[in-house]
Amino acid sequence: MRDLMNPDPPERRLRLPLHVRLREHLLLEPLLPFARLILGTLRDLAPIIAVIAVFQLAVLRQPFPDIEKIVIGLAFVMLGLALFVKGLEMGLFPLGEGLAQDFSRKGSLFWLLFFAFALGCGTTVAEPALIAVADEAARTAADVGAIENSDSGRAAYAFGLRYTVAFAVGLGITLGVFRILKGWPVHWLIIGGYVLVMCLTFFAPAEIIGIAYDSGGVTTSTITVPLVTALGVGLSTMIRGRNPLIDGFGLIAFASLTPIIFVLIYGMVI
Amino acid sequence: MELLEHIGLTELGTLRDIAPLAILVLFFQVVVLRKRPATSLRRLSVGGIYVVLGLGLFLVGLEQALFPLGKTMAAQLTDPAFLKLAPGAVAIWTDYIWVYVFAAAIGFSTTIAEPALMAVADKAASVSGGTISVWGLRIAVALGVSAGVALGTIRIVTGIPLHWLIMAGYMIVIVQTLFASRTIIPLAYDSGGVTTSTVTVPLVAALGLGLAANVPGRSTLIDGFGLIALASVFPIIAVLAYAQISQARAGRARRAPASPGQGVSNTKEGL
Repeated sequence: MRDLMNPDPPERRLRLPLHVRLREHLLLEPLLPFARLILGTLRDLAPIIAVIAVFQLAVLRQPFPDIEKIVIGLAFVMLGLALFVKGLEMGLFPLGEGLAQDFSRKGSLFWLLFFAFALGCGTTVAEPALIAVADEAARTAADVGAIENSDSGRAAYAFGLRYTVAFAVGLGITLGVFRILKGWPVHWLIIGGYVLVMCLTFFAPAEIIGIAYDSGGVTTSTITVPLVTALGVGLSTMIRGRNPLIDGFGLIAFASLTPIIFVLIYGMVI
Repeated sequence: MELLEHIGLTELGTLRDIAPLAILVLFFQVVVLRKRPATSLRRLSVGGIYVVLGLGLFLVGLEQALFPLGKTMAAQLTDPAFLKLAPGAVAIWTDYIWVYVFAAAIGFSTTIAEPALMAVADKAASVSGGTISVWGLRIAVALGVSAGVALGTIRIVTGIPLHWLIMAGYMIVIVQTLFASRTIIPLAYDSGGVTTSTVTVPLVAALGLGLAANVPGRSTLIDGFGLIALASVFPIIAVLAYAQISQARAGRARRAPASPGQGVSNTKEGL
């Protein structure tokens, strides 16, 4: 993949006029892998489209409303996701993975934990699925009248939700990194977390419970998983006597659990 | 024109969403490590433009397509005319059978095709030393997600409180953990988080909200959420169960040398 993006030797490039080089960088150079990425997002969408098509044709047997709008929208989803992933692969992923390795080698516990926290927070804020679901939660809460039904009211609610989740994921990753360093078994911490979730559920308002439980599964996808996995595997490769296959995992599990706890608390506070 | 304006506004919003991550990574690179980044600045900035553009387009498409798809499917599948209810009759939960089938189908098909799961399944196969096969694990997780989403829709229709189901799920996970081998546990826990992809999450969320809006007597805020939560707990159960079953089978095959075929063929499948 990397080779395809860089097909020309640098000498040849320097001879080309500036506008040609510019065009090459912005459009042509990534074109080939990009087509593959579009196909990749199509593969994500294909099962959904297939199931819905079967249901429309065989079960419901009625015309789908607004089909043009949906088709355009799906094209946006595919193109957008492909661009997004492409952009991540060009810049943020190699940089983040490099950082994760550097920090696991650096040996400063403070900076390592701080980096883990910041990485969890930063990736979660940018996570597309979370942005979408937080907006939808705000709209739902506004429709029912739980919050003020205005643009600013909804925006504030969605913002609060996302930053609560981001803080929680940051904390979860930090805890997970600490666990890898100490070699604690992952299941005692997770089971402890489950117990805490159950206790908090009894005190949390009913409106927040569904959103809180969902926020655990929403947070860990496109950006968070690759970067966090790089951190975990990098760490357990560095520490002697650890098996990256066993000790590198478990970070995502923490990142899926802590948001539930913190969103439940968020619901109790506001 | 309205669409273009909407895209423009969304793009502006994504700048704000990406900024913290970009600032952070640069801060650690330049201030803390004081090292030149491995990637050139040009690649980094072009990549940044792609990320912002792509995220914005994705969010607009989501609002235009994925949310309406989920909500329309929920509305159509709960339409009294589709349910063929007698006039004046009130639907009971078994009338909504197609909703559950739809939910299960979406859960299964999207999980089987999920790239993150393929990566996890590969690692699980190598951790287990061949007792777990890649395809077996993928099918197990897909069945888990499918059961989770379907159960979630049953819950929305019947109005059972979400936390009872989640707690029951947690209980099963805890009991399974006590008997599981130590190598598989972190992997199984992680599989809960990775199985729900960026495309699936909004669709499933919209399905739940649409259901709660259309089934009489349900509140969107209290009943509409929870599908993703159940779709994250059930894969953990499925992976632990699958690992236990395949271990038991491998153990039995070892104890009974007369029929070693099963354990061995399993390993081949995995590779």
